[in-house]
Amino acid sequence: MPAEYQLVEHEYDVIVVGAGGAGLRATFGMAAQGLSTACITKVFPTRSHTVAAQGGMSAALGNMGEDDWRWHMYDTIKGSDWLGDQDAIEYMCKEAIPAVIELEHYGVPFSRTDAGEIYQRPFGGMTTNYGEGTAQRTCAAADRTGHAILHTLYQQSLKHDAKFLIEYFAIDLVMDKDGACKGVIAWNLEDGSMHIFRAHSVILATGGYGRSYFSCTSAHTCTGDGNGMILRAGLPLQDMEFTQFHPTGIYGAGCLITEGVRGEGGYLTNSNNERFMERYAPNAKDLASRDVVSRSMTMEITEGRGVGSEGDHIFLHLEHLGPEVINERLPGIAESAEIFAGVDVTKEPIPVLPTVHYNMGGIPTNLNGEVVTLKDGNPDAVVPGIMSIGEAACVSVHGANRLGSNSLLDLVVFGRAAAIHCGKEITPGKPHSTLDNDATDRVLSRFDALRYADGSESSAAIRLEMQKTMQKHAAVFRTGELMSEGIDKLEDIWESFKHVKVSDRSMIWNTDLVETLELENLLGSAMVSIKAAANREESRGAHAREDFPDRDDDKWMKHTLTWLDKAGKVNFDYRPVHMYTMTDECEVVPPKKRVY
Amino acid sequence: MAQFRLPKNSKIAKGKVYDHAGNSKNKKTFKVYRWDPDSGENPRTDSYVIDLDKCGPMILDAIVYIKNEIDPSLTFRRSCREGICGSCAMNIDGTNTLACTKSIKSIKKDVKIYPLPHMQVRKDLVPDLNNFYEQYSSVQPWLQSNTPPPKNKERLQSKEDREKIDGLYECILCACCSTSCPSYWWNSDKYLGPATLLQSYRWLVDSRDDATNERLDSLEGSFKLFRCHTIMNCAKTCPKGLNPAKAIAEIKKMMVARETA
Repeated sequence: MPAEYQLVEHEYDVIVVGAGGAGLRATFGMAAQGLSTACITKVFPTRSHTVAAQGGMSAALGNMGEDDWRWHMYDTIKGSDWLGDQDAIEYMCKEAIPAVIELEHYGVPFSRTDAGEIYQRPFGGMTTNYGEGTAQRTCAAADRTGHAILHTLYQQSLKHDAKFLIEYFAIDLVMDKDGACKGVIAWNLEDGSMHIFRAHSVILATGGYGRSYFSCTSAHTCTGDGNGMILRAGLPLQDMEFTQFHPTGIYGAGCLITEGVRGEGGYLTNSNNERFMERYAPNAKDLASRDVVSRSMTMEITEGRGVGSEGDHIFLHLEHLGPEVINERLPGIAESAEIFAGVDVTKEPIPVLPTVHYNMGGIPTNLNGEVVTLKDGNPDAVVPGIMSIGEAACVSVHGANRLGSNSLLDLVVFGRAAAIHCGKEITPGKPHSTLDNDATDRVLSRFDALRYADGSESSAAIRLEMQKTMQKHAAVFRTGELMSEGIDKLEDIWESFKHVKVSDRSMIWNTDLVETLELENLLGSAMVSIKAAANREESRGAHAREDFPDRDDDKWMKHTLTWLDKAGKVNFDYRPVHMYTMTDECEVVPPKKRVY
Repeated sequence: MAQFRLPKNSKIAKGKVYDHAGNSKNKKTFKVYRWDPDSGENPRTDSYVIDLDKCGPMILDAIVYIKNEIDPSLTFRRSCREGICGSCAMNIDGTNTLACTKSIKSIKKDVKIYPLPHMQVRKDLVPDLNNFYEQYSSVQPWLQSNTPPPKNKERLQSKEDREKIDGLYECILCACCSTSCPSYWWNSDKYLGPATLLQSYRWLVDSRDDATNERLDSLEGSFKLFRCHTIMNCAKTCPKGLNPAKAIAEIKKMMVARETA
């Protein structure tokens, strides 16, 4: 171990890494059960990107008309293009109802109906009666639902007196020789100290890796840190080829405009002033699922019907909704549109473009949140000591395409599931095994090497190259040729990271080094993502290949597993999709053609 | 009259100048506060001249550009870049605001960027917010109800009651308001400050919360609440357009009302 670093040792029953919606729900769920728990987070909890979720959280409460969680389950399976695991989807959609009620009891300031119940709005792909009508299922706090939920979850964490280690950057998992996780090493930015947190379970709730692309709705901090840690631990990621483009990012700035705008009656037009979604999705129109709308918009633009002087974007209209509806239900996006597009939404349309938004893939887990891998032919082999929840994880409830408002749901349901599981499995205060130095040396040596990296390229320059490559070569529409070029470029970029230069050598608030560590996490995620995309020779959900335009269930109804080695080489294997339910309260939804 | 001077090690020196704009016709100078805890040196302001054609429209775009292209050691917090996470609060052109929603062109002259005022600085533009966060926790900002919630059903709240929380729950804890308040500057150890009091009022008016008396009790005394002297900097500076001063005034009214009741 580089002698310079004195590791401060801590022992907990559970360590949660990340304080977004999933991390917070898990953290106070553990604390409430008497497990000694700490949550390590690189930003103050309410700055996590859950805060930016706008439209809402789905749950078949039926406050605005008849609803059934089985319909929600059907929609989610269809939305996933039959790549989602049906047992997990059943669990999530059923648990949605108590989960949202629980949030209300915690104090989330949901918007209300005339009856005083939680207000619910329509959202893309959410239907009644197995695809027949439009469901109003998405529970909303105006258009700031993520903010309302995240702040409330943090408040509940304060109520339960949960322990937080704020502005600590998690560097790597500590793995023993047998492949079990024994803890995590993190760096305190405030005073520059290094810490080892021993835990019987380390829960990665580190979010997505949207920043591997040039234009994304994701925050600067969405850098796939948990994904990077998993890959470096020699474990696989799952379904990394599936990246969701949100139809309505603000043109230029990339900031999110919620699907709730279309839920409230907004619509898209092309340069002919045509509501083109009527052609692509005759029933659902502007409320088709996100992959469908993003592809339709891209088609309009490539066929010359984009708007603006370059003809390279689309208009989103809500001026017809009137100032009253906008003020009550969409005040946040009115503000964003004004700041970032200079648009008064009561008078003009918002210029929008499909923008990278969400990662369906991630760390493979089972229903409890335990990380699984393929081992000796067992596709559900549990990796001891690590769990994952939220966008970082791939349960998989979203399959090849996530429905809007199923993300906040995923966070809360599986954050809670992880807490329940740990409550059952871990005896509070159980002693920790001894640890040999090799396990920590590996982590600190990597850190030290990057801290003193004195190559020729800044991490900002390498990051920009990666982002531009992903943007161009792993976009809404993909071809083998385009991706193969992208892979060549990304391999060069991977090489260039060996010559990275870090200018700041300090330990206190060294954000140059933080960004470099984040870049390595992004690069790993990007590499498996584009290689998995080139590997999957079919079109499914968000993964649309022009050279393989159809879904191929015989060959590809399976989850991709990707392992990454130090040279950037990716190894593939597969796990079966769960085509079975958890209980007999519902039926398996067999695959069929997906039309909206 | 007594003379007050800054301690020697707090005096801000003139820093380096980085001209990175070449022959651009669209240049702008950013004067940025720098302080490195490891150096033992006084704080300084470095000047960065940049070509605005190469940089996005917001102040945050400019400082990210400076970090990426000129000086990777420049340190600041940032995350969402759309005004909802509250990370990038700083003092820009003399006003506390979010770097991500403040446009460069709204500032005519050189752009001066400092950390939030009257806070301990950790490095460059990163202030220590620990006391601010502790004050937030101290008002027990969570729902406290005397009645158990209905089983399998949400508590009901009328639209009118829900509306009372508007303008309060939207706070992003950026600390722009508290750190703009002279009362908070002098007494931040005892005065809770506008952000925390706004939060307190958010629970006081929530029809689902029953802890009104306990919450008001905890604000008694001459400091926690009553150090607000209606200076109104908080309302003027809030980047989300909220009005903490009004919330504070409402709490004071509730205090008076229960005393005269």
